Amino acid sequence: METLKGIIAEHPFFAGLDDSFTNLLVSCASNVRFKAGTYILKEGDAANTFYLIREGKVAVEVLAPQRKPIIVSTLGVGEILGWSWLMQPFQWKFHAHAVDDIRAIALDGKCLRTKCDQDHDLGYEILKRFARIMEQRLEATRLQLLDVYGAGR
Amino acid sequence: MATAAICDPMLPQPYAVREVVKETPDTFTLSVKPENAVNKTAFQPGQFSMLWVFGIGELPISISGNPELHDRLVYTVRSVGQATHALVNLRAGDGLGVRGPFGVGWPAEAARGRDIIVVAGGIGLAPLRPLIYQVLHNRKDYGRLVILYGGRSPRDLLYRKELAAWARNRETQVLVTVDYGGLGWRGHVGVVTTLFKYTRLQPARSVAMVCGPEIMMRFVVGELETQGISQSDIYLSMERNMKCAVGFCGHCQYGPHFICKDGPVFQCQALRKLLEKYEI
Repeated sequence: METLKGIIAEHPFFAGLDDSFTNLLVSCASNVRFKAGTYILKEGDAANTFYLIREGKVAVEVLAPQRKPIIVSTLGVGEILGWSWLMQPFQWKFHAHAVDDIRAIALDGKCLRTKCDQDHDLGYEILKRFARIMEQRLEATRLQLLDVYGAGR
Repeated sequence: MATAAICDPMLPQPYAVREVVKETPDTFTLSVKPENAVNKTAFQPGQFSMLWVFGIGELPISISGNPELHDRLVYTVRSVGQATHALVNLRAGDGLGVRGPFGVGWPAEAARGRDIIVVAGGIGLAPLRPLIYQVLHNRKDYGRLVILYGGRSPRDLLYRKELAAWARNRETQVLVTVDYGGLGWRGHVGVVTTLFKYTRLQPARSVAMVCGPEIMMRFVVGELETQGISQSDIYLSMERNMKCAVGFCGHCQYGPHFICKDGPVFQCQALRKLLEKYEI
């Protein structure tokens, strides 16, 4: 039977994390499921969780007045959803809904923030991993902004 | 003399339109057949032809059809100007001139026995489609086939039915993404490089073939290198305004290369530095 610790340790986001840190994360973690079509988070709501996606696909969407919602990225197995829990004012900036049925590990952001404040080595490890994700997504967004398929070839 | 004239690469040969199929709001696939038995339909995946619309002009267009079908040549054309607009508005039975095929294609023969990674953006899937046909037709001769395709939006994706059909082949993974998706789109959203995380590539046995906007190819090359694929195993198809198509006129010169004659498909290491230049 898969344990929470095993699932967290094997998730790509936490690959190579020190065992003692993984133990700390387990105390903030829980298994969650979302049915396809349900909203996992909504813009403006309090951001106190992030998710390790284990199964299914999540769509991150932007709402603009008088326009249909636009999906700006999708996240799948092995990826994480949500980093607003990490920074003030701890509010979601986007909507995210389950495209498929989702299985994920939810990590309690308040719990994790407390542990990171108490153990800065853990905090540094977590921040490094989120910084890498942010860099990758920023680069992808910049390329997306170029609208490379819109003109020329 | 008729034979000499047919061998002249500068002389367009008469072909007739078989059909024109609308792929997306601005992109069409044109199938043509030779008007006489001497005219060729054989080509290497990745090669291009010069298509002459009578009274309008001549255009370089990649061949996008199946190399196993010998009664036709197929081209996928995005209607962006006067000549391409005229081309896609041809009707069945209309005549046009065809020169070619020209250029260096994908290294399909050299890649036998290896995994094939196809990365395409937008209409860049068109020159790669003959390669995909060839790999699928000779499935046992190749390892895994991974197709990563990115488009602007769901309605801009080419060959959607074929993409679904290709994914049903053994040892074939097809991942499609769009830059912007509506709520009805259930596929991936994000640039094509974001698809690599859903693949399990074996770099040492993989050959990557890439075609799309140059900026996209630059990022894709970076991602392929991150995945461990060496520049000598990455091939790119370039597009320039070809005129003579045989390396005489210099219109398509790109650094030390003539795209028409030395390409359009190049090994990545021949282009890597050029791709980073602002202007060339």
